[in-house]
Amino acid sequence: MSLVGPLLLATFLFCVGIYGVIARRNAVLVLMSVELMLNAVNINLVAFQNLLFPAEAAVSGHLFALFIIAVAAAEVGVGLAIVLNLFRTRATVNVDDVDLMRW
Amino acid sequence: MTGHDLAFLVVALVTGGGALLTVTSKNLVHAALFLAVTLSGIAGVFLVLAADFVALVQLVVYVGAVAVLFLFGLMLTRAPIGREALDNQNRGLGIAVSGGLFVVLSVLVIGAFGGTTAAEVGGPRVGDIGMVIFNTWVLPFEVLSMLLLAALIGAILLARRETGDSGEEQAPTRIDMGTAPSMEAERMARLEGGDDQAELTAGGDPGPAAGRGEGRA
Repeated sequence: MSLVGPLLLATFLFCVGIYGVIARRNAVLVLMSVELMLNAVNINLVAFQNLLFPAEAAVSGHLFALFIIAVAAAEVGVGLAIVLNLFRTRATVNVDDVDLMRW
Repeated sequence: MTGHDLAFLVVALVTGGGALLTVTSKNLVHAALFLAVTLSGIAGVFLVLAADFVALVQLVVYVGAVAVLFLFGLMLTRAPIGREALDNQNRGLGIAVSGGLFVVLSVLVIGAFGGTTAAEVGGPRVGDIGMVIFNTWVLPFEVLSMLLLAALIGAILLARRETGDSGEEQAPTRIDMGTAPSMEAERMARLEGGDDQAELTAGGDPGPAAGRGEGRA
């Protein structure tokens, strides 16, 4: 199996995530795009581990992917709590409207 | 092209299509469901790569928990539906940045790993992963558990409505925005009519309370 396929898929997902972060204005959709980018990195890690170093003793690629999944889950929880608080205080989840700190 | 490559191609097409639909869908709930499709497709990619444990964790954590959490978030924030409301004016910039980055990264990846093929796809067994977690990676594992605990407490503290010990519901803290447009409708009205803007600011405080009250009902 060639290594380029998973790497190109990961690149594509990462760039789609960047597009979502830039172009979307709903905070929940921005969080979704961030999730896409994190998953792209996971594909890279697992592909390198299983296709290039299948006999590595420490299983670093898989473990890093698992840690990233856990940290991303925590990030989604806190991020959605912040978005809920934002909606409660400002009645909007539009990231363009939250420009209180703009100079 | 081996059977692995063919299987990967099918799963990758589903995943990429789901990702594209996630960021272009006009309907928020559809975007969340397409995200679930994409995450399931990534689990399939992990299966094709012979990483079965990571694939199952992906299914349980992402498709089972995170997608549902996103649906909760969407429904609790009552977001508007429609492309104009979902996308901002940066679509061209977004396409340029992500497209340019995709081209650059693709050239780099193909140049670096263009001819690399693995004769056989194999990964560690689940037992190996378990042994390694509790031998080599035990300290990061414990730190991660503390992080999850902190995130749990932080999310509850941020999202709950009550303040203080009594448990009574209190009105949320309003941030006085002055004349800054705090509501979507207000902002749109300012963008559309230049005259309305002068009227809005000249006629005293437009009233952030009034604007907030009717905006998202």
